[in-house]
Amino acid sequence: MIEAQPQNKRAQRAASWWPRFNSGALTWGRLTLTLHAFLMYLFLYGPIFVLVVFSFTRDEFGVRWTGFTLEWYVRMFANDRLMGAAGNTLYVAFVSTVVSTIFGTLLALAMERHRFRGRTGVDAVIYLPVVIPEIAMAVSLLAFSALVLEFIRVVTGEVVRRSLVTVIIGHIAFSISFVTIVVRASLKHFDRRLEEAARDLGANSWQTFWRITFPMILPGILGGALLAFTLSLDNFIISLFLSGPGTSLLPVEVYNKVRRAVTPEINAISTLMLAVSITLVVLSQLVQRRR
Amino acid sequence: MHKGYAIELANVVKRFGEVAAVDHVTLQIHDGEFFSLLGPSGCGKTTTLRMIAGFEYPSGGELMIHGRPMATVPPHHRPVNTVFQSYALFPHMTVAQNVAFGLKMKRVPRAELGARVQAALDMVRLAGFAERYPRQMSGGQQQRVALARALVNQPEVLLLDEPLGALDQKLRKEMQLELKSLQHRVGITFIFVTHDQEEALTMSDRIAVMNQGKVLQVGTPTEIYERPTCKFVADFIGETNFIEGTVVEQSDEYATIQTPDGLQLRGYTPRPVNLGEAATLSLRPEKARLVLPSHARPEDAFTMPVHVEMITYIGSDTRITVRLNERRTLDVWEQNTLSTLDRNAYWQPGEAAVLVCPPANALVLTE
Amino acid sequence: MALSSFEREQQRREQRRLIALLAPGMLWLLVFFLLPLLVILVYSFLTNGPRGNLLWQPTLQNYVDLFTQSSYVNAYVRSLWISGLTTLFALLLGYPLALFIVKQPPRVRLVLLILVLIPFWTNFLVRIYAWQIILANNGLINTTLGAMGLPTLFLLNTEGATLLGLVYGELPFMVLPIYAALDRFDFTLMEAGADLGASKWHAFWHIMLPMTMPGVAAGAVLVFIPTIGQFVVSELLGGAKVDYIGNLIQRLFLRSNPPNWPLGSAMSTVMMIVLLGFILLYFRSTTEEDR
Ligand SMILES: Nc1ncnc2c1ncn2[C@@H]1O[C@H](COP(=O)(O)OP(=O)(O)O)[C@@H](O)[C@H]1O
Ligand SMILES: [Mg+2]
Repeated sequence: MIEAQPQNKRAQRAASWWPRFNSGALTWGRLTLTLHAFLMYLFLYGPIFVLVVFSFTRDEFGVRWTGFTLEWYVRMFANDRLMGAAGNTLYVAFVSTVVSTIFGTLLALAMERHRFRGRTGVDAVIYLPVVIPEIAMAVSLLAFSALVLEFIRVVTGEVVRRSLVTVIIGHIAFSISFVTIVVRASLKHFDRRLEEAARDLGANSWQTFWRITFPMILPGILGGALLAFTLSLDNFIISLFLSGPGTSLLPVEVYNKVRRAVTPEINAISTLMLAVSITLVVLSQLVQRRR
Repeated sequence: MHKGYAIELANVVKRFGEVAAVDHVTLQIHDGEFFSLLGPSGCGKTTTLRMIAGFEYPSGGELMIHGRPMATVPPHHRPVNTVFQSYALFPHMTVAQNVAFGLKMKRVPRAELGARVQAALDMVRLAGFAERYPRQMSGGQQQRVALARALVNQPEVLLLDEPLGALDQKLRKEMQLELKSLQHRVGITFIFVTHDQEEALTMSDRIAVMNQGKVLQVGTPTEIYERPTCKFVADFIGETNFIEGTVVEQSDEYATIQTPDGLQLRGYTPRPVNLGEAATLSLRPEKARLVLPSHARPEDAFTMPVHVEMITYIGSDTRITVRLNERRTLDVWEQNTLSTLDRNAYWQPGEAAVLVCPPANALVLTE
Repeated sequence: MALSSFEREQQRREQRRLIALLAPGMLWLLVFFLLPLLVILVYSFLTNGPRGNLLWQPTLQNYVDLFTQSSYVNAYVRSLWISGLTTLFALLLGYPLALFIVKQPPRVRLVLLILVLIPFWTNFLVRIYAWQIILANNGLINTTLGAMGLPTLFLLNTEGATLLGLVYGELPFMVLPIYAALDRFDFTLMEAGADLGASKWHAFWHIMLPMTMPGVAAGAVLVFIPTIGQFVVSELLGGAKVDYIGNLIQRLFLRSNPPNWPLGSAMSTVMMIVLLGFILLYFRSTTEEDR
């Protein structure tokens, strides 16, 4: 009875740290759960860590540590083909992000602000690109583009090939859905009375949008745009199917190299791509959690 | 300088689908008046206010502001401003920017704008808070920012939708007084929505009591409390006892009803009643008195023999529940005008008594 | 009732606004997402010419081949099997991880969640490639084993490696929805269960798991669907030794000589139908739970 109190206190402090459903001392269940979580994070980040480390190794097979070098990075930046592909990738990501962010934001406004017949159908069309396997979307766009290009050839007599344009079109098609989903989430918490207050104070609907609605959902829009940008940078499957001759994209280049062998140069490119992605994700978290 | 009415609603209807949220409401609100819309939740107060503000357009009827038809004018062109229940302050703007918003929209010159914002903040005693953000302020302070933001535009009418609903009891009382004195100072017509009858009675010049989309009665707080014209208003405002019966006698402003037990009760009729009609006697607990059976004087009051059932001492009053018959008890409140610790001299449970009430203190109401 | 027509005018204005919001995004999705899916459907009933050219002769032969030739049937069975296994392992590993995260104080929880989220934002290809470095014959594991004087193992280019890569890639998609479900779960119910004498295992099985089932179902769908169409993991880690649907489709469209788009289209169509079946099943089960 005398000891009960301090023990309880300790248990309480522990309870905020350890699974609560068995409040009290450290149990095997809890230990297992913690160990499991530790192993899972090791599982998720171990390979990434290895990859980064082996982008700095002198070993020409890139699989063992034989000393530090930046040679592979130097080579990578000197490789015109790779740098060209990187430029293409950035260009595609930029254009598709701008377009899909605008379209996706408009769609999100329509879906969150209006009740209309066929809304469920529109909802399904928005979610479908997210849930179907990417390869299905890729081959259908490939077949469709072949049809359209053939049509152009027959009508105008001009031979048009797949290029960055087809890639951009495909990237926009899947990015719209992701942007819509992210922006919709930010609109869900939006208090519409703020807009009424603005109207009440003499703002017309245009002023209300730009002075109230837009600044309030801007974090959501930026979050959506960053997601679209990242997805486009990383996209491999649609790019593989839709890029034409001579228009290479970084992930496709990496794929073609990786299928042959592990090299420290690929480790370096991969590390760079990882760094960009992680920067973007951290940025997006900061943007969306501000306020 | 009688300009007519500040706000005039004529047979205004608002339907959402099949339901009429506001059902043929006719109201005239005077210039400079503190006017309240009072009624239970869902009775259509907010919808009425939103039609005046321009957030909803009426399905029928006419709406005028200072004689100008307004039913179809969009909100940003109306000379009214609103204080929202949740304040609806713009979270990404400072207090000063919030208050300046309306003036900016009207393109008020910068120099004048600053001075007016400052004056508005002074008025609500928030002079030092201009650069804060709404989230850094307490509920009561946010409330005052919302007031300043609306009043700085010098609207012809200020609309307030349950503006005190989110405040705690003490702050609420303070703000009631502050709002009332503010309205006096600025002289603007206030239309105030509330479901709290005490709040409406305390603050208003006139009150419209609403239920199920209809306005049941419009009057001063005294009229509404002392002369409710229907059962709903009598019940909703303050406390009352109801006794059902049939009208058996009727003479200019008074009528007598007979209860199924054969009791005859006389009371004032705010609205004419017909002989033989079913009617209800409404008797406020503080307007009746209990006397010993021997003290009853039937010639100047109606009387009801009752038994004392329960006695509750609450300080200022003593609340006595008396039993009229097997089915019905009545409440009587007596003010504790004598200071004494001797409760034995008072009524005791089980004691026989007579409830007396002058006819002018009871009301005979239909429906 | 003159005002009622004003209300109608107001509604019409609202409708025009809605159309302006919906049109750009929906048109894009209709033209560059739904229409291509239709094109694929049409292609699947056409005949492949001798040089991989398209012959406009309607046929059911593609579907007949699909359901009779054992190599194709096997690919479907194998894909379903490995997707099922991936889902199962992701669930077994992901559920305890989600549980662990939910139990942490808010700040820690946020960090752990973002750590789960980051892989989703980083290049899938690169993350799979990282496993090559680890599993290769001269890779990290085998060099370590060799250094310790132990016999080396065949790890890369096995079905086990494919499964490992898939679980690795899809784990975040399982953890996030389960986390969301656990976050809503009222853990005092577990204590109530314990009060009534239920063992921990019993309480988990009969209270926590059923109540977090919507999260499990959502996770399962999110893991299962992309896995069905994958071809990168089985190529990079499985060594393309056996065919999954994704590999077949990719080959029929891009690699085989001559290509066979009609057959590839039929494969993609059947895959989509199977998956839509799963999705419908999922929606049916969740809406029933809502009722
Ligand atoms: N936009 C709307 N759509 C449908 N019904 C509504 C809408 N706004 C209000 N109502 C309905 O109209 C009635 C009156 O609502 P309201 O004016 O908000 O009442 P109060 O403010 O008195 O509580 C309620 O039954 C409410 O459900
Ligand atoms: Mg209301």
